[in-house]
Amino acid sequence: MSLFQLLNGLTFAALLFVVASGFTLIFGLLRIVNLAHGALYLFGGYIGYSVAVKTGSFVLGGIGAMAAIAAIGFVLDQGLLRFVRGNELRQVLLTLGVAFFLNDLALVIWGGDSFTVPIPEMLRGGTRVFGTFYPIYRLFVLGMGIFVFIGLWVLLNHTRLGALIRAGVDDAEMVEASGVNIRRVFLFTFLFGSALAGLGGLMGGAFLSLYPSADAEILTFSLAVVIIGGRGSLVGVGVGSLLVGLLNTLGQVMFPELAYFVIFGPMAVLLAFRPLGLFGRAT
Amino acid sequence: MTQPVSKTSVLAGMTSRALVIAALVVIVAACLPMVLSSYQVGLATEVLIFGVLAMSIDILAGFAGRTSLGHGAIFGVSTYVVVYATGQAGLSPWAGFALGVLAATAVASVFALLAVRTSGVYFPLLTLALGMIVWGVCLRWTQVTGGENGMRADVRPAALMSHSAFYWAVLAGAVVVSFAMWRFVRSPFGLTLRGIRDSESRMRSLGYNVPLHLFIGFTVSGIFAGIAGGLYAMFNNFVSPSTVALAQSVEGVLMMIAGGVGTLFGAFVGAAAIIVLENIVSSYTERWLMVLGITFVLIMIFAPEGIIGKLRAITSRKVR
Repeated sequence: MSLFQLLNGLTFAALLFVVASGFTLIFGLLRIVNLAHGALYLFGGYIGYSVAVKTGSFVLGGIGAMAAIAAIGFVLDQGLLRFVRGNELRQVLLTLGVAFFLNDLALVIWGGDSFTVPIPEMLRGGTRVFGTFYPIYRLFVLGMGIFVFIGLWVLLNHTRLGALIRAGVDDAEMVEASGVNIRRVFLFTFLFGSALAGLGGLMGGAFLSLYPSADAEILTFSLAVVIIGGRGSLVGVGVGSLLVGLLNTLGQVMFPELAYFVIFGPMAVLLAFRPLGLFGRAT
Repeated sequence: MTQPVSKTSVLAGMTSRALVIAALVVIVAACLPMVLSSYQVGLATEVLIFGVLAMSIDILAGFAGRTSLGHGAIFGVSTYVVVYATGQAGLSPWAGFALGVLAATAVASVFALLAVRTSGVYFPLLTLALGMIVWGVCLRWTQVTGGENGMRADVRPAALMSHSAFYWAVLAGAVVVSFAMWRFVRSPFGLTLRGIRDSESRMRSLGYNVPLHLFIGFTVSGIFAGIAGGLYAMFNNFVSPSTVALAQSVEGVLMMIAGGVGTLFGAFVGAAAIIVLENIVSSYTERWLMVLGITFVLIMIFAPEGIIGKLRAITSRKVR
């Protein structure tokens, strides 16, 4: 694998991290498997694209995507998921229904063409990395992935909110009993996790482009990341993203048509030895 | 058409009342082509095929407590193999059908090997991811699968060319397969699956090999999904990635839930409800997937026990 391909793998892993960390936050704390996460990614990408094209600002596109997806997340959590609380399977299937709805809605609004989010002037072109010419934008994605990782790390480990989230992962009832409004923490986590999907949509939309089945693809990768990394673990998502991102790139280089099989292998091996993932804990 | 039921009932130990009902249903179903238009006969054929798929999902969901979101992929693998074997490889439809079911069983056993390691919500998650991988391969492996355009082949045997003849063949197949599934879930093995559904740890401490039972249950369920997929290949003479897509698995699960989880034969009611809905919706708008999503959400919120269960609950409330 050349340096170019290695960087491709790393930047894809960074994108996966941003998307899957939102997924695993919600999964870890609320015990909700949000299968609409892929659709939120795609929707975020489309909204970010529209905003970025209208205003000519990539940053505004990002803010728009995150705000809009957080709003959709609010409706999803407060409007629909509240009716099926406590029943994991019904939650899974309900979010799946929402995923179909959103995917089809996106097809109505934006049509079946593929879009690429315009990259801001500053991040266009390429630069030399250890002698290899590489697009700056993809390095920016890599940087964003690292930034989100550090941000989440600080949030979870060094703030009061993070302490509440971690406590909620371990024992939500105890947190509530000690006088904390855990519902609000839950809601915040859901909105924040959704917003990360929206941000991922914009970031990915600029180099993977947006098309009607992109949501299913990113959802598959996110599921693989979470299955490999384990539920609710930040480090797990990081390691899982790196593994899936690098393996996927390796697969595309070696067997371009069967790349999907390459992420299937480690998932299989891992499940045989650690059914809860690398960093998952039984609850 | 009543022949298979009355002949096998001796083995089955069905109560005479259940036997009469089953015979009546099959007779009515067999008479349908005489009153329906050929388009409606096609729909009825589809109901039977997807009913079998939904039943195969129900074996796991209703009796082992494991809801698979990957059965559409197992179903679709069979469809792909049947179309490929008869179209590209030039085999006879029957050999193609056998190969298709075999391939589906193999895929199901691989799924099962991994899925039995998981429990709770990880099971649907993993089966979904595995199904997506199959979909991704079918989409990208263009030399073999024809990619997004899919493949066309005249799979249907010459004797079954007419709508009614094919319907009757599928009906016969569905009757045999339904009976086999019904026997399967009522067998001692099926009772063990139910025990696992109710308490995995209890069954384990009683000395049952839980993973092995789940593995066999999953693989058997895959055989039936594969049969449905093979029939679908003959029905459609065409296959494309949408046959293995997530929507296929989801539709199957929705039919199973609409008919009532654990009712087995309810799957046909669910399949009929969803397929009729799909056709009504499709005649007004192209937004079927949107309606499917909304239906899914509504059923999850208002009628998770299925249409039949809901009706039963409503009527019993009225009686009281």
